[in-house]
Amino acid sequence: MTSTAIDREAIGLPADWRDILALTKPRVMSLVVFTGLAGMLAAPVLPPLAIGFTAILCIALGAGACGALNQWYEADIDAKMRRTASRPLPAGRMERQSALHFGVGLAAFSVLLMGLAANWLAAALLAVSILFYVLVYTVWLKPRTAQNIVIGGAAGAFPPLIGWVAATGSVAPLPLLLFAIIFLWTPPHFWALSLFVRSDYAAAGIPMLPVVAGIESTRRQIFLYSLPMAAAAVVPWPLGLTGPLYGIAASALSLGFLVLAGQVLANRAAEPKQMAPEKRLFGYSVLYLFVLFGALVADRWLPW
Amino acid sequence: MVRPEEELIRKRQRERARLTALLLGAFVILLFFITVAKVGMNW
Repeated sequence: MTSTAIDREAIGLPADWRDILALTKPRVMSLVVFTGLAGMLAAPVLPPLAIGFTAILCIALGAGACGALNQWYEADIDAKMRRTASRPLPAGRMERQSALHFGVGLAAFSVLLMGLAANWLAAALLAVSILFYVLVYTVWLKPRTAQNIVIGGAAGAFPPLIGWVAATGSVAPLPLLLFAIIFLWTPPHFWALSLFVRSDYAAAGIPMLPVVAGIESTRRQIFLYSLPMAAAAVVPWPLGLTGPLYGIAASALSLGFLVLAGQVLANRAAEPKQMAPEKRLFGYSVLYLFVLFGALVADRWLPW
Repeated sequence: MVRPEEELIRKRQRERARLTALLLGAFVILLFFITVAKVGMNW
């Protein structure tokens, strides 16, 4: 325990609100909110503004609850990784139990508000996504298997489905395909990151793929997962679920993704400093999801 | 005379109380608009 943590506990200092906010991982939340909003805006009917706003707020709060509960459970692991050591819990700026209470409270609040404001199917999906992220991914899979991110990625794939269901009250093929896109996008996205920060994961004892299966195998898996991801991204167009604007954007973006994944596959470097293709793919993957979902909404609303 | 650490505790408590009040106020306003929307939907 650091001296800061001892001092803080000795005087019983309440947590700063900025640290409580940091528990919710606001940067991760922005992508979740965006995909949830895109799912809602792609739906054939729109809810009244107050209901739509509340549904997106609930998705954001649910994601925040996941972040808080993840940090509560992984405080010991976070302390061992450079990237996460300055978070409120490992840095000793907040009591662990406060994070647990905040996370559980926020999760319950988000699900109840979603049910009362939008509908209970959307609330049930939100509850499933939170439980899946916390129990299946964080507690069960992440510390045990190199496939953690493959199955755990499902938790992050729920927002567009929840957004759609909050608007329509039912599930349809397009939001299920949006779910599939994010589900298949998650492994290449996280494995690209884990290649150049693998020493952090190894130090913390997290069995990420590069740590367990090696760098070459991870590069191969990145490329292999990019293929079905690209197919899932393009297929709504030939199925007639979207128009040509989305179809052309999805084709071009996915082609770019495959080219970058191919460069990762061809790279032979073992040192993070020489992993420019991996860093490029990681950056591009975030942009890919934003632009793809942006194109989906534009395709739905622009008059052509 | 107030000790510096006690002053820091009071400052944190004031900040958090103010933020809680703001969030509760925003929640009340949100509930009002949700109710108006639900009434409009013949809920």
